[in-house]
Amino acid sequence: MKIIVCAKQVPDTTEVRIDPVTNTMIRAGVPSILNPDDKNALEEALKLKDSRDDVTVTVISMGPPQAKEMLNECLAMGADEAILLSDRAFGGGDTWATSNTIAAAVRKIGDYDIVFAGRQAIDGDTAQVGPQLAERLNLPQVTYVQDFEINGETVTVQRNLEDGYEIIKIKTPCVLTAIKELNEPRYMTVRGIYDNYGETDNVTVWTNEDLGLGPDECGLKASPTKVQKSFTPPQKDKGMMLSGSIKEMTDALIVKLKKKHAI
Amino acid sequence: MAVDLTQYKNVWVFAEQRQGKLMNVAIELLGEGRKLANDLGCAVCAVLLGSNVDGLANDLFEYGADKVYYANSPVLENYTTDGYTTALADMIKSYKPEIVLFGATNIGRDFGARIAARVNTGLTADCTQLDINPETKGLMQTRPAFGGNLMATIACPNHRPQMSTVRPGVMDKAKRKAGRTGELINVEVKVTADQIRTEIVKIVKSDKPKVSLTDAKIIVSGGRGMGKPEGFELIKELADKFDGVVGSSRACVDAGWIGKEHQVGQTGTTVKPDIYIACGISGAIQHKAGMQESKIIIAINKDPDAPIFEVADYGIVGDLYNVIPELMKSFDNVEELMDSAK
Repeated sequence: MKIIVCAKQVPDTTEVRIDPVTNTMIRAGVPSILNPDDKNALEEALKLKDSRDDVTVTVISMGPPQAKEMLNECLAMGADEAILLSDRAFGGGDTWATSNTIAAAVRKIGDYDIVFAGRQAIDGDTAQVGPQLAERLNLPQVTYVQDFEINGETVTVQRNLEDGYEIIKIKTPCVLTAIKELNEPRYMTVRGIYDNYGETDNVTVWTNEDLGLGPDECGLKASPTKVQKSFTPPQKDKGMMLSGSIKEMTDALIVKLKKKHAI
Repeated sequence: MAVDLTQYKNVWVFAEQRQGKLMNVAIELLGEGRKLANDLGCAVCAVLLGSNVDGLANDLFEYGADKVYYANSPVLENYTTDGYTTALADMIKSYKPEIVLFGATNIGRDFGARIAARVNTGLTADCTQLDINPETKGLMQTRPAFGGNLMATIACPNHRPQMSTVRPGVMDKAKRKAGRTGELINVEVKVTADQIRTEIVKIVKSDKPKVSLTDAKIIVSGGRGMGKPEGFELIKELADKFDGVVGSSRACVDAGWIGKEHQVGQTGTTVKPDIYIACGISGAIQHKAGMQESKIIIAINKDPDAPIFEVADYGIVGDLYNVIPELMKSFDNVEELMDSAK
């Protein structure tokens, strides 16, 4: 059984700062990490690999050459193989173009049973690439997977909803997207770190020579959506700090709320 | 590949229903859809998929839909990616809407992404603002990125329909007008059960008491500044006093002090109540992104430099364990206070 895991290297958005003049992200000093939901997807694949002998796990990612670092982490966690799709031609793609590029790579890999992705990446938060990849591959999908079981070719999952969950059966091959409730990802093993960091380079790189996509199939030019402008969210005017004793402050607050008919 | 843009007309809103109950976000989308349709001089239409949910069509008319496209079939009773995508793709091909809006729910985000790939157009996720560009008449879709640190405005210039998922709780709900009617279009459903490759075995509703942060008029939220999980007891008391509900920062949810259904913020629920009271919340950008549209924000925090004060209308520097009991006393004395304030 072959599992393909889709992963993305993302800036740790809890530490992102924006240059207020250029409205671009200040990259300096911001760590790059394996996208959290993708880590849950990888963990679920590795759990399956732990439980039986016939499972191989291939991680694919699209990104700049430095995304190899993140793929090293995936290998050190236990993935069998890592493929980086890296080419200037792929750059600037929206989810339409990105899913098209990843679909081409999945087709090139050929035989697989499950494509597992994270629900969404924390830099874009779109949750679109998983379903769009499934559409390109003409596969059934379940997103927001919080529980996973497999029996032969039948996968039974729980799909998270805002007001509960659904229990869904789906046949392989299929595309699933993971959320953090699915599992607790493991750490890299010492052996894994030794084998995959440093001098060694176990990541396979595929460029557009390998995928052969036209300019209307990948990257910025093929993307239906175009970013017209970006800006930092407007801050509200500074409000009023109340002063005095605690009682004076709370009395004043209640009077203000009452006068505004808010209470 | 070039699409004749002029063939596409009207604003469509996906009227998401679960077990025959219309989702609030559908009503918010009708409100927003009406605004866009007015700017474009076209109709706002609701798309209703389900099985025997005829009654909802009237609700949709009363909430402002000019037309309701109704796909009624047992195979559409519950949302499935395959069933709904095939049905809506057929409708889009037949009727050619210019804009299609979905609520960014766990269902809307699954559906929107799949349908955009199927009909070969762009989709902008989780929008918090929509406008019509007065020159191009194109849809300008604004959304947060990088965890709310940056906003981006996105267009879909050469593909139709233009599609967005819209974050629940952000847009104003359409006003209901009793007796308002419109044109009901019964759509032929060609999808068959064997085309649906997933089987819903069971739908389990959460038995936790429902916390409707998006509907609450008043929210009292606790943060890590409470120092201990028991702090939520005091938060609850204050919330009860104001007839409000309890919210939380992400830190408290991650620490296991309270359930995720209480979480306000970028990764939780976006709220805009009439009054938001942040107690012991420092105001991380992710939290602010989810509550700064509240009408009145009150912050209570020991640290006078806490970033929450940047978005607060009224700030009280002090220990919440002293301030909250006093605030409840002041509330009880409101008549007296108003008399002496005259």
